[in-house]
Amino acid sequence: MRGKAMSLAATDAAPKDSLFSHARHIVAENPVTGIAFGLFALFALAALIGPYVVPHDPLASNTSAALQPPSATYWFGTDQLGRDIFSRVVVASRLDMIIAVASVALVFVAGGFAGIASGYFGGWTDRIVGRVSDTIMAFPLFVLAMGIVAALGNTVTNIIIATAIINFPLYVRVARAEANIRREAGFVQAARLSGNSEMRILLGHIAPNILPIMMVQVSLTMGYAILNAAGLSFIGLGVRPPTPEWGIMVAEGASFIISGEWWIAFFPGVTLMLAVFCFNLLGDGLRDLVDPQRRT
Amino acid sequence: MNIHAGNMSAGVNNMQPPLLEVRDLTVEFATRRGTVQAVKQVDLTLAKGETLGIVGESGSGKSVTSYAVMRILDRAGRIAEGTISFGGVDIGAASESQVRALRGREMSMIFQNPRAALNPIRKVGKQIEDVLIEHVQAQPSDAKEKAIEVLKAVRIARPEERYHAYPFELSGGMCQRIVIALALACRPQLLIADEPTTGLDVTTQKAVMDLVVELTRERNMSTILITHDLGLASAYCDRVMVMEKGKVVETANAEAVFRAPQHAYTRKLMRATPRKGVTLRDLLPEDAAPVALTPAMPVEGAGTPLLVVENLVKEYPRQTPATGLAGAFGIKGAAADPFRAVDDISFSVAKGESLGLVGESGCGKSTTSMMLMRLLDPTSGRIVFKGEELSAIPAKRFAGSKWRSRIQLVFQDPTDSLNPRYTAARAIADPLLRLGSGLSGKALRAKVEELAGLVGLPVHLLDRFPHQLSGGQKARVGIARAIAPDPDLVILDEPTAALDVSVQAVVLNLLQDLKQRLGMSYIFVSHDLEVVRMLCDRVIVMRTGRIVEEGATEAIMAAPKAEYTRELLASIPHPPI
Repeated sequence: MRGKAMSLAATDAAPKDSLFSHARHIVAENPVTGIAFGLFALFALAALIGPYVVPHDPLASNTSAALQPPSATYWFGTDQLGRDIFSRVVVASRLDMIIAVASVALVFVAGGFAGIASGYFGGWTDRIVGRVSDTIMAFPLFVLAMGIVAALGNTVTNIIIATAIINFPLYVRVARAEANIRREAGFVQAARLSGNSEMRILLGHIAPNILPIMMVQVSLTMGYAILNAAGLSFIGLGVRPPTPEWGIMVAEGASFIISGEWWIAFFPGVTLMLAVFCFNLLGDGLRDLVDPQRRT
Repeated sequence: MNIHAGNMSAGVNNMQPPLLEVRDLTVEFATRRGTVQAVKQVDLTLAKGETLGIVGESGSGKSVTSYAVMRILDRAGRIAEGTISFGGVDIGAASESQVRALRGREMSMIFQNPRAALNPIRKVGKQIEDVLIEHVQAQPSDAKEKAIEVLKAVRIARPEERYHAYPFELSGGMCQRIVIALALACRPQLLIADEPTTGLDVTTQKAVMDLVVELTRERNMSTILITHDLGLASAYCDRVMVMEKGKVVETANAEAVFRAPQHAYTRKLMRATPRKGVTLRDLLPEDAAPVALTPAMPVEGAGTPLLVVENLVKEYPRQTPATGLAGAFGIKGAAADPFRAVDDISFSVAKGESLGLVGESGCGKSTTSMMLMRLLDPTSGRIVFKGEELSAIPAKRFAGSKWRSRIQLVFQDPTDSLNPRYTAARAIADPLLRLGSGLSGKALRAKVEELAGLVGLPVHLLDRFPHQLSGGQKARVGIARAIAPDPDLVILDEPTAALDVSVQAVVLNLLQDLKQRLGMSYIFVSHDLEVVRMLCDRVIVMRTGRIVEEGATEAIMAAPKAEYTRELLASIPHPPI
């Protein structure tokens, strides 16, 4: 009876629907995941429609309203040029999100594939991939990112590449360890007997099984990528002013903290912290969402 | 049931109060779908010096009952009702520190996987010392001496040397002896053995069980033996308690259970247990719909050799360990004589024949089947299949060969061999997609449903993931996948080793039917001679990479020529009927 009902649900209901109910279950089980998803939705919304709804032009300076504390007109106050900090914080989320998502997507594909291949094939593949990531790990990662951006030039693309490169070893290690465990698993042998080529086993059989663990890695490095991009901008190696970006805003506001204008650095800083916090929390929820064992 | 059990214990020992008394025990587990009762109103009495067997299939609550007695249920589980009284102590009400003091000193447990129960990076002698010192049975000064004594007591040869061994250096049987040594080190009054010999070879099983019985009898200990094997329980227990779905269905003397089983479930379980003089059909329940025996399809060219194996050898290089600095720097020692996993074996399989490959772990049967499957390259020798020399195609390239679909395998562990992220339908379709059946879309689905029908897997289960299927259902998916490309030869690698006996009975019958219907040949790799006898025409007994004995199954079972085969047969625990 129940088996029949389940099969009906599985065949008739659209897969999207079941994913939604599954997501609802996971959020109900762990409210922190709910908070993280809510925060993420807020950031995503800000990135998507932020520039069209903010109350002030983020780039327009107004010297008569410089260094205003938070008020009804300027919710987060204004900076030394009289620009509205709230508008700038909201608009900046798009750029920061693009850098984070793009760099993580890049390293997810490259690092994930290199790691799975090195864990599955072993031998020379493993040696080469292993030494490359060891070399990257040998540098202080932020200094390496600085060096890459300084050498390649101060553009958003280069920030994305630099952030991807410093995260590469993390993905390689996780993917390699997980692929290595599954290399001799029964289902991999069975896939060989079914005539799957090695590449197909790698991508069709092993990769999907590693996905849940990689998802945790994704959300952790996403927070790290935002922090890294902001850090580069903070020291003047990333996005250039006057483009609104959280790191630059903190840098610009830092010198005003002593004289009492705390809001210039505070609000972008808090936003940055919330973004990183949200991605770190998201990890567990994402893993539960993509893990079939949890879908009972 | 209550009265019955009470009478029994009174009969065994009417002077002393029982050592362990369990009344109305109900254990609940909190799960995602609400609370589940794993054990329902179980009564159990165990007198001093008595051996009780708890028999049941997976999910019967036999392990949970014993965990409740030791109070080692995991966090989700709790004792909802009932009392457990051990030597006058109310286990349910006792404080954690009281129970901790009892565990190890008064009651101890041996687990199914001995390797997992031992610390892998500590010498076994030290681990025994730890237990002795923890329970004040020894002082650091004389601990080593006492540990060696303990090793002697569990009949470990050269105990002074083995004291320094790590668990990975010892065989499974040897590890289980160490675990027994740990469990008995403090001379507890109650020993709970949870499937102590599952995963061990029959000869090792016999040695381990004989040891347990001997040691417990010597010390007048009570034992609870938890097993799925009725034969084992009857051979070693005074009383047997049969459990089904959390309930006790029958408790009686071991012999009485077999002579006159009272409950229908016990009868079903007994029928399903492979034993002397029965056929595959006898294993199925009495009330099962009479299976119309598929008339053996006349196999075209039956009797002509399908597979010929000549002088097959697999060697693995072996190195003498490098010593001193060379060893520290990972410089390998001189090459020693290679280890021969498979040592010059030759045999053939005829069309439509089923051949049993029997032997204990390490005999080379798995290596042989891997080579026949062409997942592994032989060192030397020939594998000729339908006149084509398959050993000439390297294993790496074999997946792309046209012969790939001709030889298929059914794996030992149905869970491990299914991709957790593929539905049953996707798993069955995999060989169809990759081995050039040219099917797709609706035609593919239809073929998958046809295969599911052949192996008796309900179609509505096809969209489930492996973790949503039972062991038997997963086994059927594995079989459907193997027969999907319509192979000529299927190698069955202990396909029922991980299944309950009643499921095993059904799966074995299914395999027999499929063979007759599809005209395939089987190589059945197993350690269980009784199962091989029912399914195979011919059998090969292997030991240390060589063929010890070969011949018609019935002839070998009736009159084994080799000493080793006789030993194997003698080790199978038989119900007393």
